[in-house]
Amino acid sequence: MTTASENIVLHVADVSKSFGGLKALSDVDLQVREGTVHAIIGPNGAGKSTLLNVCIGRLKPTTGHVVFNGQTLDQHQPHEINQLGVSRVFQTPEIFADLTLLDNVMIPAFAKRDGAYRFNAMAALSGQADIRTEAEEVLQDIGLLEKSNQIAGSLSRGDKRRLEMAMCLIQKPKLLLLDEPTAGMARHDTNMTIELLKRIKKRGMTKVIIEHDMHVVFSLADRISVLAQGRIIAEGTPEEVRNSPKVKEAYLGEAH
Amino acid sequence: MFGNLSRNDWLLVLGFAIVVLVSPWTLTPFGAGYPALLQKFCIFGIFAMGFNILFGLTGYLSFGHAAFLGVGSYAAVWSFKLFTMNVIPAVIFGVLFAGIFAVVIGFVSLRRSGIYFSILTLAFAQMSYNLAYSVLTPITNGETGLQLTLQDPRIIDNAFITPGEGLPQTDLFGIPMNGYPGFYFCAVALIICFFLTLRIFRSPFGMMLRAIKSNQNRMRYTGFNTRPYLLTAFIISGMYAGLAGSLMAVTDPLAGAERMQWTASGEVVLMTILGGVGTLIGPILGAGVIKYFENIFSSFNDRILEQLFSFLPDAAREVAVWFTGLFVGEGWHLTLGVVFMLIVIFLPGGIMEGLQRIYNRLGGGSGPGAGAPDTAAAQPAE
Repeated sequence: MTTASENIVLHVADVSKSFGGLKALSDVDLQVREGTVHAIIGPNGAGKSTLLNVCIGRLKPTTGHVVFNGQTLDQHQPHEINQLGVSRVFQTPEIFADLTLLDNVMIPAFAKRDGAYRFNAMAALSGQADIRTEAEEVLQDIGLLEKSNQIAGSLSRGDKRRLEMAMCLIQKPKLLLLDEPTAGMARHDTNMTIELLKRIKKRGMTKVIIEHDMHVVFSLADRISVLAQGRIIAEGTPEEVRNSPKVKEAYLGEAH
Repeated sequence: MFGNLSRNDWLLVLGFAIVVLVSPWTLTPFGAGYPALLQKFCIFGIFAMGFNILFGLTGYLSFGHAAFLGVGSYAAVWSFKLFTMNVIPAVIFGVLFAGIFAVVIGFVSLRRSGIYFSILTLAFAQMSYNLAYSVLTPITNGETGLQLTLQDPRIIDNAFITPGEGLPQTDLFGIPMNGYPGFYFCAVALIICFFLTLRIFRSPFGMMLRAIKSNQNRMRYTGFNTRPYLLTAFIISGMYAGLAGSLMAVTDPLAGAERMQWTASGEVVLMTILGGVGTLIGPILGAGVIKYFENIFSSFNDRILEQLFSFLPDAAREVAVWFTGLFVGEGWHLTLGVVFMLIVIFLPGGIMEGLQRIYNRLGGGSGPGAGAPDTAAAQPAE
């Protein structure tokens, strides 16, 4: 385990991303170690979401590479990146709003089991007991099991977020990317989410988390990178970042 | 292949089969109990059901599905002309060629979604229609339409039997496919298609198609390559249309280009929406209702209307006959338009939503109603 923790799961290598004249990311270099929770913080417009979009293949970097588990992701489609083991929770929940919660969680499990495409039109859903059980366990885990037959679109915003997290967790990704998982949540929901994330942390899943809520960041993160105007201005343990004068100036200064 | 369907689904298939097979008796009081109309119900039922696999499950609205219907018809008639009057090869050829055609059109059209996809399919279908009239005349026989002739080689038939006088009839191993045998052949095809559609609706594959309709982006970031899923649905749906087209040729062995016109593509969209998009039975109901009313309303003429309004004084009668005359006979499309508008405005879920509401009103169910159009017919016990 000690050697495993030295493995770099995600390496964002000198990535820049420009939109026309605007440089959203400038030479961002980031290494995420296996089994850690790596938080990315920074003021609005710092390029945090752009960074995640580059990681999942939604955006292609203008220069630089994203390397996942030793594999360069330049030519990969989003679904291929997911099949390699990267799942993402979006800032606005991306769920299957017309389907039931159970369906929402079963679908990613099928992706994990059957790959990017499988023509199983003559198999019966009712015969997929293993996937159903797995989905129910995950729903139980996030406390939404009793709503499993509801249509997902009818959930509250907080529940939608947790559902999306369940959809990612059932895939047991090697790397989970979370874009502000507690934004817009009530205190109670936030605490539930922190508890959930702590429990997952024990399972050794690597996570990159973007978060505004410092309470969440400092109670979860092993390492923190601070992004401002598309550059990483500081990186270190929570203690180091908390005491860095540069960070106070660029980011925490705003809040205090 | 036959396992894993729940007991309710088996009952549904059984019930459906019984309803279809006894329809010559049950529909007689409504003036629809004759084979020419009944087989139309079946053929367009298959067409709409197939269309619904694409539109209802994935949300991709094809506006060119009649092209596959046409290809199916042409392929079937060519099978009659070249090989045999037996309908089985004709149906196989119809489905096969429509499938191949769907691979090509689907591959190109599915590069876009939404309205652009619809326009691409429409363009392809209109292109096929115009080609059938012009450069493809050697294959399609242009305006006259493709027909059987006395000079046809029919190599398989002619190897075994000497051709009789006049044009031969389509047959199923000796049973001529006109009248009721023709209807029963179409009915069996409809029941088989219903069974297959039910399997697709209840399969993980069907679930993925629904998920694509719900949120294609999420599907991609969940690890699915959505394009092949869509293409498969497109091909399946094209093959259903090809089957419908070949059945048209089975019951009446000629094929014309007008079968591919955009109005024919539009009709199947109307049938599906009228019946209930994404429901199992809705499109078949929609097809039946439209074909039934087409038959009833288009047969009305001024003389029948005069009789109908004979109780009115002369002046009022003339007005009444003139006004209702707009909606019947040639003008029955106006009726269809009005009915369609009313349905879309008041019952967006189509006939199936209407039935669900009636069912709920009667205190029968606590189903979610409009939110889950599938529940009404498909899951009676859930």
